[in-house]
Parts: sequence; C-alpha cells; structure tokens
Amino acid sequence: MLRMVVCVKQVPDTTEVRIDPETNTLIREGVPSILNPFDAHATEAAVQLKEKYGGHITALSMGPPQAAEALKKCITFGVDQAVLLSDRAFAGSDTLATSCAVTAGLRKIAQEDGLDLVLCGKQAIDGDTAQVGPGIASRLGFPQITYAIGIDKIELDQRTIKVHRRLERGIETVQAPLPALVTCVEEMNELRYASLPNMIRAARYKPEVWTAADLDVDEESLGLHGSPTVVARIFAPPEREPGEMIPGGADDPAGAAASLLDKLLEHLAAGAGE
Amino acid sequence: MAKKNKPTLQIEAEKCIGCELCEAECPFDAIHVVDGVAVIDYEKCKVCRKCITVCPTDCLYLEGVEEGEEEKQPEIAVSTEAGEYSGVWVFVEQEDDQVHPVSWELLGRGRALADTLTCELAAMVLGHNVQAAATESGYYGADRAYVIDDPVLQRYRTAPCASGCITLIRKYKPEIVLVGATTLGRDLAGAIATELQTGLTADCTGLDIDQETNLLRQTRPAFGGNIMATILTREDRPQMATVRPRVMEALPRDESRSVATVAEPLGITEDQIATKITGFQPDTDLDAPNLQYAEVICSGGRGLGNPAGFKLIQELADAFGGVMGASRATVDAGWISHDHQVGQTGSTVRPRLYIACGISGAIQHLVGMQTSDIIVAINSDPNASIFNVADYGIVGDLYQVVPELIRLAKERNLKEALLGQTTSG
Repeated sequence: MLRMVVCVKQVPDTTEVRIDPETNTLIREGVPSILNPFDAHATEAAVQLKEKYGGHITALSMGPPQAAEALKKCITFGVDQAVLLSDRAFAGSDTLATSCAVTAGLRKIAQEDGLDLVLCGKQAIDGDTAQVGPGIASRLGFPQITYAIGIDKIELDQRTIKVHRRLERGIETVQAPLPALVTCVEEMNELRYASLPNMIRAARYKPEVWTAADLDVDEESLGLHGSPTVVARIFAPPEREPGEMIPGGADDPAGAAASLLDKLLEHLAAGAGE
Repeated sequence: MAKKNKPTLQIEAEKCIGCELCEAECPFDAIHVVDGVAVIDYEKCKVCRKCITVCPTDCLYLEGVEEGEEEKQPEIAVSTEAGEYSGVWVFVEQEDDQVHPVSWELLGRGRALADTLTCELAAMVLGHNVQAAATESGYYGADRAYVIDDPVLQRYRTAPCASGCITLIRKYKPEIVLVGATTLGRDLAGAIATELQTGLTADCTGLDIDQETNLLRQTRPAFGGNIMATILTREDRPQMATVRPRVMEALPRDESRSVATVAEPLGITEDQIATKITGFQPDTDLDAPNLQYAEVICSGGRGLGNPAGFKLIQELADAFGGVMGASRATVDAGWISHDHQVGQTGSTVRPRLYIACGISGAIQHLVGMQTSDIIVAINSDPNASIFNVADYGIVGDLYQVVPELIRLAKERNLKEALLGQTTSG
C-alpha cells in the first residue's frame, strides 16, 4: 500500500497567450486554463504505481476556486481524492511561499492518511521555475529526485524507491529511501484516455477546500508576506531591429538564395574584422 | 492643510494592461481583472495603496488627496541584516572534471556586479579533486574560491552538495549567489534557497545593480516571454538567481589571474546520505548538448508541413556545418524530439547564424534565439513575426528556397567559410 500525493497546478495554456498587435497588450480573455502538462505525467505515474503496488492517491493543488477544474482532471486519471488549498492568504505567493503552503497541506494529509511518495511535474509551463518541487522536498526533509523519466521499482518492505533521471549528458539511476519526492518529465509515460467511470466521477466530484486556517502554518510565511521576491517592474521585451527583406523568394528562389549567401558572407566577414 | 475628503482609488482604464499584479497584491480582495482591465470593488477597498506601488503602467491613482500627500507611503526598509552580507558568488558546476561553461559565463556577469558593488567575486567549488576547477575560476574572473573537496561529492547529489553550499553561505554570508539554470543547477538552487528561506529568481536574462538601493535587479521573461519582469529580493539574503547557459558572456580566459582559495570541510560522511547513485547511462546522441553551444543552427517550424521536412532542415544544417533546431509546435506535434527545441521551454541558443525555416516566430521561440548574431528567416507568410527579428528575410516556399540554399552552400563550400570565420571571429 503506497500512499501518494500528486502536487498539481492549473496554468494558462501559454502557447495561446498572444499580444494584441494594435494595443500591444496581453490578450488574456479566452485563454484556456489547463492542468500543467508535466503534472499530468506525474498524475499518470501515480496511477500506474497504484496499479502495480496498490495504494491511495491524493491530488493537491493551490490556487483560486476555479483551480478545482485541474483537480477534477486528475480524478479522470483515476486519482482517489483531491484537495484544493484556496485562500486570499495564499495570493501573491512566490515559489518559497508556495512551497510553504503546499508543504503544510502535505503535512495535514500525512497526519491523516500517511505519506510515502510525493510526485510533482518538473516545472509549471507558466513560470518555468522548477523551484517548488525541490522547495517542498527540502521543507519535508524528503530526498528529492528531479527530472524522473521512469520509476524502476519500489521495495515496499525495504521502503526504497529506484528512479531513472534524465540529465543533460545521460540517464542516471538513483535509489532513495521512502518517503521521497519525485519530479517528472514528459518521457515518464504516455497519457491514456480517461475511462468512462472516472469521467463520470470527475464530473460530479467536488474537491475538498482547505483554507489557511485549516493548516498548521504561520500566516506570515504565506502569500505576499511570505514571499522574499517582489516584482518591481514589468515592461515589453526589447525588440531587435528589423533587417532586410531579400526579394525573389516566390518567383526566383535560386536568385534569392544566392543573394542571401552573398550577404551572409559579407556580414560574417565584417563581423570577423571587428 | 489638505481637505479631509476620504481618498478613493481610481483607474485610468486605457493604461491598464490587465497584468493582474494589483489583484495579487491586494490584501483585501478588492481589485480584480475582468476582461483585461482592473476593476475596483469599493466595498472592500481600504485605500492601502499597495496596488499603486506594483502597477507597472501607473494606471492606478488616488483621488481626493492633496499633492505631495501621496508620497507618504511606507518605504520598505532594507533590513539591517542585509548589511552583514557582502560578495558575489557563483556556483561552479562540474561533473567528471568538466566545468559547465555556464559557470564561466556567470563569473563574467558576476565580475561586473562585484565591481559595481565594490565587493569580492567568489567561486563556490564543490566536488572531489576540484583544485583545477578552483584555479580555473580565477582565470575567468573570481578573486576567491571557496572549496569543499570530498569524495562524497564525486558525483552530484542534492543533499550533500546543498548542505555544503549552505554551510559556506551561512559562514561567509555572500550578498548574491548565482547558479546556472541547468538540470543540476535547478535541482540545487531550489533546495538551498528554501533552506535559507530566501528569494530565488529562475532563468534570469538580465542581472544588474540598482544604483539607489544596491539591490540585484533580476530580469526574466514572464507570460511565455510576452513581457519582461524585474524581480527584487528586498530583505532576505543572499539574493539568489539562476541563469540559463548562453545568456551571459564569459570573460576571456586569463592565466595571469590568480585566485585565493579557502578550503572548508563538508562535515558529512557517506553513511549519512540516504540517496545512492546506482547507474549512469551516457547519451550516444550528441545533438542535444551541441545545440546550446552551436555556432550555426538551422531550425524548422510548422511550415514544414510534415515530420519528413526535418530531413531537408538536417541537410541544410549539414551544408552550413551546423546543428538542427525546432520550434515548440513541431515538438508538441511529435515531429521531432524535445532535444531540438529552441525557446522558452527548450534551449536558449546564441549562435553566430540562426536560420529559421517555416517558423512563424511565436514569442516563446523568439526569447530563446533572438540574441543570435545573425538571424535569417524563410517563410511563406510575409506577416510572420519572425521577420521582425530577422536580419535577412525571404518570403517564399521553403521547399523551393532551402534546396537552392543547400546547393549553393555546398557549391561555395560555405561550411569551410563559416568555420574559418567562427574560429577567427
């Protein structure tokens, strides 16, 4: 029996965030919210582990009330229960404050149900920080195993886990004692289609909501108060000077290609002389 | 004396960009972004002015306040503790006696920061038999190297390495700590910052010192690169940031520079570490690591139309002596592996020459390649945003233009020409 928690985040589908070319502002309306893709792989990993070893899975998220949708998505994967940490006290959290609140949620789950394994996505696609997973591991004092591409095996008797990690120059295999925290990359697994019973269950499911008052945590370490970093300024990215259009691409591709090569060689020669 | 009308918060809606910073800052749940514009809930607003301080476009203001009065907002004091901290540190990442070049790039930037602050630049070197790396850090600009040399650190593991770094930071109190945003660096930095309960800003593309406060201004792309945000760690120390490879520039290696070495013990033995490395399978496909440091990159996008189009891109890359890149759309579609992805969620690259074929130029792609020396774009859509950043653009069918380019590049032996240029330049 493996008691698992998957930490997930609802994110805007950042590939669809656009700038209005006329007003130069962000178009936020109509941008769909999705379950962070890496977290989907972490959820699937938990479900596969449950199928193999037996166990219980809780999906845990922090966010506004509408983040319940991401948790319902987890239910379609086959997660047993879902908890949403939602409170104004959490608003404006940076990664340090986020890991504080999520850790408090994990401690509560651990007290009530026990905890062997925490699974996270390697990072969220909106912030790309990859900092919350290690932050949680550090606070809980769990070994952290980041960039996992596969869970080799879990020895329930010895209470160990063996994981393959994707590093820049190869694949590393590590063994750590349970409880542990694993962050997953997309190579971890292929997502499956949700089963009909799980979809029906998800449609009706209402995640439990915990506020700051439900957690054993110092409010000073949450939200804006608990965030050492502040956003001082926001500005448009600097633009590169537009360059030269080489004509003829449509009716004389060979000519255009030749002209491009001439210019490139000239440009490179000038650069080398600097 | 000012009239005692109760001040109210107002908004110039035309200036609002809907960034939601005010919404996040408001302690009273009194301001919300609705349809891209901030809306004030006057029932809840306590006129605390916090939203005004964070608004990037200055679209929020108070009405019913006399001139000058609004200046009386409480300044966030820099804690006295910050004064004890001094020095800019760079974590030197190394594996199998090889230092990751991002470490030297960070020393290059760190040198400028340390000079502005008139403090020391130090390298933090942890590993086994790392004296050579410590000496080398001096050649790249470090004044001092803090070294922990221990067999336990032979191969990187989070717990012992983080513990060593934390010991050094607590003892010597650097003001700034920079770490490469690599797989290893991201694993490490989050663990250190959490234990030290300090701020950590990921993937910075700009680092400089605020002249008034001496704070580290950490600039990074947000919202998929649509906007840039400058982040400060006001009170907690050290101020920590990660930076991707190829974003900063290393100083030229100077063997005449020497470095003072300070050695410290790790204080942990192997039997105290629960995590064991039981195997390592090195990659045989060397394409991926080459992308970041490639001098020439030829990339394909959705305009290829199908996965087979990457054969043509590979041929182009071969003709130019470069490596093959790809846009996120093609990776998401499963046309090519993630190793080739350039952009916000892929690699940041800075080649001498970047050729984008059939890439529209989504912002998340541009943030990963726009510091390339020369950018060439080939696209059938004359309005593609890639042309806004390209030095040279050709509007046309890539399946007509690229084969010509390959033929001519081979004929004129461009590979050799580029090789000569890049080694001398």
